[in-house]
Amino acid sequence: MTDWIDIGTLADIPQRGARTVQLSGEKEIAVFRTGDDQLFALVNECPHKKGPLSQGIVHGHSVACPLHNWNIALKTGEAQGNDEGCTPTIAVKEEGGRIWIARPMAMQAAA
Amino acid sequence: MEFQVKDERRTDSGDDVLVPFEDVREHLVVVGNGMAGCRAVEELLARDAGRYRVTIFGAEPYVNYNRIMLSPVLAGEKTFEQIVINDAAWYDDNGIELIAGDPVTGIDRAAKAVTSQSGRTVHYDKLLIATGSDPFIIPVPGKDLPGVISFRDMKDVDTMLEAAGKGGSAVVIGGGLLGLEAAHGLTLRGMKVTVIHLMDTLMERQLDEAAGWLLKTALEGRGQTILTGANTAEIYGEGQVEGVRLKDGRDIPASLVVMAVGIRPATSLAREAGLEVNRGITVDDHMVTSDPDVLAVGECVEHDGNVYGLVAPLWDMCRSLADGLTDQHTGYKGSVTSTKLKVAGLDVFSVGDFSGGEGCEDIVLRDASRGVYKRVVVKDDRIVGAVLYGDTADGGWYFDLLKKGEDVSDIRDLLIFGQAYAVLGASGGGALDPKAAVAVLSDDAEICGCNGVSKGQVVACIDAGACSLDAVRAGCKASASCGSCTGLVENLLAVVLGDDVKSGPKTMCKCTSFGHDDVRREIVAQDMRSIPEVMQKLHWSTPDGCSSCRPALNYYLLCALPGDYVDDQQSRFVNERMHANIQKDGTYSVVPRMWGGLTNPRELRAIADVVEKYDAPMVKVTGGQRLDIFGIKKEDLPAVWADLNAAGMVSGHAYGKSLRTVKTCVGSEWCRFGTQDSTGLGVKIERMTWGSWMPHKFKIAASGCPRNCAEATIKDFGVVCVDSGYELHVGGNGGIHVRATDLLCKVATEQEALDYCAAFIQLYREEARYLERTAPWIERVGVDYIKSRIVEDDAGREALRSRFLYSQSFSQEDPWAERAAGANSELHQPLQPIAIAAE
Repeated sequence: MTDWIDIGTLADIPQRGARTVQLSGEKEIAVFRTGDDQLFALVNECPHKKGPLSQGIVHGHSVACPLHNWNIALKTGEAQGNDEGCTPTIAVKEEGGRIWIARPMAMQAAA
Repeated sequence: MEFQVKDERRTDSGDDVLVPFEDVREHLVVVGNGMAGCRAVEELLARDAGRYRVTIFGAEPYVNYNRIMLSPVLAGEKTFEQIVINDAAWYDDNGIELIAGDPVTGIDRAAKAVTSQSGRTVHYDKLLIATGSDPFIIPVPGKDLPGVISFRDMKDVDTMLEAAGKGGSAVVIGGGLLGLEAAHGLTLRGMKVTVIHLMDTLMERQLDEAAGWLLKTALEGRGQTILTGANTAEIYGEGQVEGVRLKDGRDIPASLVVMAVGIRPATSLAREAGLEVNRGITVDDHMVTSDPDVLAVGECVEHDGNVYGLVAPLWDMCRSLADGLTDQHTGYKGSVTSTKLKVAGLDVFSVGDFSGGEGCEDIVLRDASRGVYKRVVVKDDRIVGAVLYGDTADGGWYFDLLKKGEDVSDIRDLLIFGQAYAVLGASGGGALDPKAAVAVLSDDAEICGCNGVSKGQVVACIDAGACSLDAVRAGCKASASCGSCTGLVENLLAVVLGDDVKSGPKTMCKCTSFGHDDVRREIVAQDMRSIPEVMQKLHWSTPDGCSSCRPALNYYLLCALPGDYVDDQQSRFVNERMHANIQKDGTYSVVPRMWGGLTNPRELRAIADVVEKYDAPMVKVTGGQRLDIFGIKKEDLPAVWADLNAAGMVSGHAYGKSLRTVKTCVGSEWCRFGTQDSTGLGVKIERMTWGSWMPHKFKIAASGCPRNCAEATIKDFGVVCVDSGYELHVGGNGGIHVRATDLLCKVATEQEALDYCAAFIQLYREEARYLERTAPWIERVGVDYIKSRIVEDDAGREALRSRFLYSQSFSQEDPWAERAAGANSELHQPLQPIAIAAE
């Protein structure tokens, strides 16, 4: 599993919520759990004014930024509607009861 | 047991078996007498009956039976005899040797032979492994106690029937398909059943949240206790199971515990034989393992990275396997699976990917009165998934469209209504337009089931002048109750009026056709008690709402059910979830409550200490006479609160849609103009009102004289003290649109001022729309209306006041103290990644 980082279990993240992961870089990574228990990971910054997306309201497969209510698609990181911008995404998977994020993507995103 | 097959029988009748002593045919040995093993043999026989000599080993002492029918056996709907697939005669007739009750314990691939528990050795030319799955046993203390079983074979059923015969309580661990079937059977057998499920909704792998919620509600209605989000800590008992303890300390006594948390491929035999095994035994498209003479099929295999736990893929695999064994080369390409089941008479169906996501569109139908929920997920004009609850008749049709990848754009409008409607529409002269479908209905066709309104009555109402949905609702009651016929009524409006339809009232958000007032009214009228329930009964068009409607629904339920409603944290804006104000850089500001604006050295010292200790870059006096500490990190919030709590301070709710502050002047105690003790009154008002959740932020002020130093006439509720008593003002706002208050009335005593304040707040809480401050609310309903409810109706005012105080009896808990004591503390901390250093 050298290319994946174990960050915890599904139960560590509230449904329709997120937790952050602090790697060695400057930026946090936000790991989201949706209402249907899908997982997504994004840099914890809104493309608009860097609002911490991990604190937004998760609905469907989107999150509303807590600062200015931009809607960000969790899968692509792209702002929805008339807004434009994109937050980097990180591959995430659930396997063996644990959550893993892709190491190279995470390291690059956090840098 | 009638179908028990004994080895003696085989020996006794050996002469009759159609296996010549010198049978020169290739010998196919099958390990596993279950659904996959026997089906594979059936498929093989169908292709070339004479080609192989077949021997089947079975671990259980029975002929081949339908394992998925164990539930009806448990429930008493069927007998074992009725679920047998192939009886003893089938084995005899086809010359198959069945060695039942003697599991294979080893495979020697070099010698091409298997050995069984009893020591029997049988040589093979081709070996088929069909060992299926083992139930997953969660490794908790007490898992091996007598009375703890899985739900996998006839023996388990016998154990359950024996336990049920004695009555008492059972716990089923696992709210998936199998667990719910076990629970249903045990309930029918008279046991008191509790289902413990780790996830928040039942059958989360097959159903989305809405359907899972419906299922839970229905099962509870059938007497089962369903605990979701429940984590088993241990199973306890002295020599025999006595109960289950959860990690949160709850204790559920039980004389039987059924573990149905999942299955995993039974691969140990293959693994020990040195075959390639991943999650399951890896096989190619003809179900051949890493050894060309060894095949595997069913739940024990992994094909193309997939492991299946359902019966449909098994049939596909068996076909491909038999093709391969008879030199036909179709090959297995994986299966799209669907789940259809009936638990306690409840129909549930799911297929494909119903999780939605980018490019996916949800078509949702919620018919509360029929208990029906349907959701079809469409991507690029093709169905990619579906969830059906309550009415699964069209499951097969959706599944078929999905498998064929058919373009559904032509029938999209009617898709959700099912095959009959969509196809009828298509064959009815191109009547694909739902409006046309409504147009062809007869005049006596029922439109609104709740109020018994026919199409003719709705049309008459429209003809009489109703040109909007609201007008129709008012005129003939159609769509005025559950709202499930709203779409039909709208189509009728369009049919009758063409383009003259007036757009309806503004809806809450894009997820619903209802406005705020309708939603609030229905929550109370139908006694709805949770967000999923509201979304279901009011036909929400999205799976779990959006960031607009969820906070509103959370508030409406909180207001309607004080003390009863369980707050949904994930439906609260960050400030209310973190009990602090998020600032532009992602840090938070913290405002402790200072009652009536008063403070003292101890509090000031504590605030100063917090500012220093947490390196807060700024501390500022707010417009509401409180101190705001800026730049606190999310991680530090609990510690900051603990420090402030220690000095006796609680949350100022400066972040919430709630009572913020009561601003005061110094009043008669110090001021040479002050007429009353406005400071003391302000403290009393704040003590009464703090902690209350509101449609929007709410500010109060109390001024000691008409000079109005506390600026009470631009607050939501303001008191201006005068010589003869207290002037009460409402609906002021100092925000974007400055609005001075309206005078509500004048009262003589301090107690009256408090009572009127409580009544006014409650009226606002119960009737304003979420995110509507008092100023626009009062402009909308008129100050005369407010006066009629608060000033002119003594009994009504008293009722409002007591409802407010009742609600407050649950609200005045300091959220900081709860958090500082550790509640949800993990939400302030980042996850700790493991193995981060290794590179």
